[in-house]
Amino acid sequence: MRGLLQIAVVVAVLAAVPLVVQSNTTLNFLVVTLLIALAGQGWNILGGYGGQYSFGHAAFFGTGAYVTAILQVRYGVNAWLAFGAGIVLGAAVGGVIGALTFRAGLRGSYFALVSLAFAEVLRIVASVAPITGAGVGTLVKLDLRVEALQFQSRAVFYWVILALVAVSLLVAQRLERTRFGTWLIAVRENEDAAKALGVNATQVKLGAMVISAAITAAAGCFYTQYFLFVDSGIAFGTRMSIEALLTPIIGGAGTVFGPLLGALVVQALGEGAKLVAGDAPGLSLIVYGCVLVLVIAFAPRGLIGLVETIYRRVARPTKREAAHD
Amino acid sequence: MFSPVILITAILNGLLTGAVYALVALGLTLIYGVLHIINFAHGALLSAALFAAFFAFHLLGLDPYLAALLIAPIFFGFGYALQRLIIGPVSHGDDRNMLLVTLGLSVVIENVLLYAFRADTRTIDLPYAFQTIDLGFTFLPIPRLIGFCLVFAVALVLWAIMRRTDVGKAIRAVAKEKLGAQLAGIDVAHIYAITFGLGTACVAIAACLLIPTYYVNPTVGDAFVLIAFTIVVLGGMGSVPGALVGGLLIGVVESLSGLFLGESLGQIGIFLIFIAVLLVRPTGLFGARA
Amino acid sequence: MTEPLLSVERVSCRFGGLLAVNAASLTVAAGRITGLIGPNGAGKTTLFAIISGFQRPSDGIVRYRGETITGLPPYELARRGIARTFQIVQPFAGLSVRENILVGAHLRHPKRSNALAAADLVGREVGLADLLDRAADTLTVSGRKRLELARALATEPQLLLLDEVLAGLNPTEIHEIAPTIRRLCERGISILMIEHVMQAVMSLSQHVFVLAEGCIIAEGTPAEVAADRAVVEAYLGHGAAKKLGGAHGR
Repeated sequence: MRGLLQIAVVVAVLAAVPLVVQSNTTLNFLVVTLLIALAGQGWNILGGYGGQYSFGHAAFFGTGAYVTAILQVRYGVNAWLAFGAGIVLGAAVGGVIGALTFRAGLRGSYFALVSLAFAEVLRIVASVAPITGAGVGTLVKLDLRVEALQFQSRAVFYWVILALVAVSLLVAQRLERTRFGTWLIAVRENEDAAKALGVNATQVKLGAMVISAAITAAAGCFYTQYFLFVDSGIAFGTRMSIEALLTPIIGGAGTVFGPLLGALVVQALGEGAKLVAGDAPGLSLIVYGCVLVLVIAFAPRGLIGLVETIYRRVARPTKREAAHD
Repeated sequence: MFSPVILITAILNGLLTGAVYALVALGLTLIYGVLHIINFAHGALLSAALFAAFFAFHLLGLDPYLAALLIAPIFFGFGYALQRLIIGPVSHGDDRNMLLVTLGLSVVIENVLLYAFRADTRTIDLPYAFQTIDLGFTFLPIPRLIGFCLVFAVALVLWAIMRRTDVGKAIRAVAKEKLGAQLAGIDVAHIYAITFGLGTACVAIAACLLIPTYYVNPTVGDAFVLIAFTIVVLGGMGSVPGALVGGLLIGVVESLSGLFLGESLGQIGIFLIFIAVLLVRPTGLFGARA
Repeated sequence: MTEPLLSVERVSCRFGGLLAVNAASLTVAAGRITGLIGPNGAGKTTLFAIISGFQRPSDGIVRYRGETITGLPPYELARRGIARTFQIVQPFAGLSVRENILVGAHLRHPKRSNALAAADLVGREVGLADLLDRAADTLTVSGRKRLELARALATEPQLLLLDEVLAGLNPTEIHEIAPTIRRLCERGISILMIEHVMQAVMSLSQHVFVLAEGCIIAEGTPAEVAADRAVVEAYLGHGAAKKLGGAHGR
């Protein structure tokens, strides 16, 4: 109950923002932040709760983005349907990659490497295949109607992405309260011990991968509808893979609000760097990389973990000790 | 389809390219063999070394082969410092953290290069860059032939270091049995850093061998390192002979698939080999440990 | 004679040139505590790994309730009612004691509330009642051993495989945990315990098998096995039995 209440409060506060803030730049910033948070929540399900660090989540983001674009542009499919198909196909790609890698018993470095390679294969294919528009990319026609899932007002886009983020928060919260989630966390902590307790680790990881891919793919679908353009670098490039893992790691991997918090921090830092040093290529990523290293050094459990530790030490040291002894 | 002369030329060229791949892979496999992590910063370090070789030629007028004598020690020191001062302390001994830290470093290095030098592609002009040797039926570019020989010289030196020196013995001890080595009084953090330094020096030398016939930009290393990953996986993680043979093999495969399929699809061929090997035989074709 | 709960039939396991287990056979009777002892390097761990599904044997069959279970994955064995503990304790370090037990309890109780209740019950049974909210990695060695036991029990097994659950404990701690194990058996759970330390097993087990150099060299009641010349030699080296015999003036 407390978890649901927290989500309700956070989402309600965020939903009220466009009523106060009218600036398009700010709203745009927030939309992109929520987009990254959504992609990051996807990574968080597999990486944060399941301990399987993917370096190639762009594979799912890109699938969602391309499917949404291609179905509309080339096959005249309704945008809402295309959006749904993007999520389903993203999940399917996750299922295929997961089935191949987890059955082969790949963990740790190997899993990171293979996930990266899959994203790269998709990027290269997308950069030459005619159906994706090859090097040029795919442009979705401007059509500002609700049926086309395009909106005149940025505020509506903002509420759409917020709704998706809200769903992803609920998924993460459910994970912490169900058998599947408990088993997933057990696999993260110690795969052999989990197996001995009746957990089919391969199946659990595969399930997590599918959910994870679906969420990150949803972010890709939204990207297409919002920017109306996608190319192979945007869709499957390493930048998205890095952002998807960066946000939960910084905010707190394996926590409900980690990706959201991480996305806010990461985006704010990126914008801050732009203000200080001008909009130079590579600048925001330099900041991201530094923050990643610093967080691992000084807050291995992310900002949420850091806050918890400080809270425990400062706020109620006596009560904690009493509970422990 | 193709005449034997074209095929043989493609194979020879593949071998020459493959040797440089092998050197990049050698650095990667060395680090994996001892630290048991994949160094995701390897590609960024290669880009950085290519820039170093580029500027050594442009600003100091140093011939790349001579510059190697300067750049390799500098990169050894850089690699040592990275592991000793950043990767080691920051990751608190956790493998997953180590992966993330090397990824973070790779992002930083690559984008610092991008920030400093922009995305422009640069090349150097060497008087002998296009000189060839006539084999009767085909011509081979001299700089790449030199590179081929130097790769094996470097591998030999590395082998001598590992077999004949105390540091080499310590490295092998740490690779085999970290705890035991520690109990025997070996400074594991120091050995880790030395290994990382050696791996980085391999990349630096590879850069000096590449620059006469190749170009440099901030992300150029990525292409090489993905190939290097493939080689390392193919040859068996941590296996030095595996890296050499795997490098040559991949060089030939790339050259031939480029001939038959065209450049970008040829690249996909390499990835597919990579994924297939990982899925079917993650211990590598030569059966090193997983 | 009734059919044994578990029977291992001529199981061998080879690693390259090393024959770690050589045609070993043993049985675990329902409702009893069976011991498997042997000196270091006898192949106990390998045999245990085979029985618990973590290692595939090169040859031989493992039967449980008459069904062949050779090569089934560990989670499948757990579902069929075989649980194991680990010699080197493997807690889910980042979780609390209760959450650790919960992982096992979920096997029979999909609903969280039921599983939590079951976990608390098991925690109390093995003497962890006061420590349920503690982080698992703050437990003492004996606490961790109890946690291993609790997690395995939470899967509600009929057969419990204990891998050196007494190793690393001091005599007082062994004295404390032994009654817990005996109570489990009285509750109807059959137990196979593997130990390097002979003494405790001898007092707990009703039937003992001795493994040396990959072969079962003796079996019987603890008293029979302790008197066996081959067993003494396996533990103390060749000729030891004779010397000991001489010292006792026989």
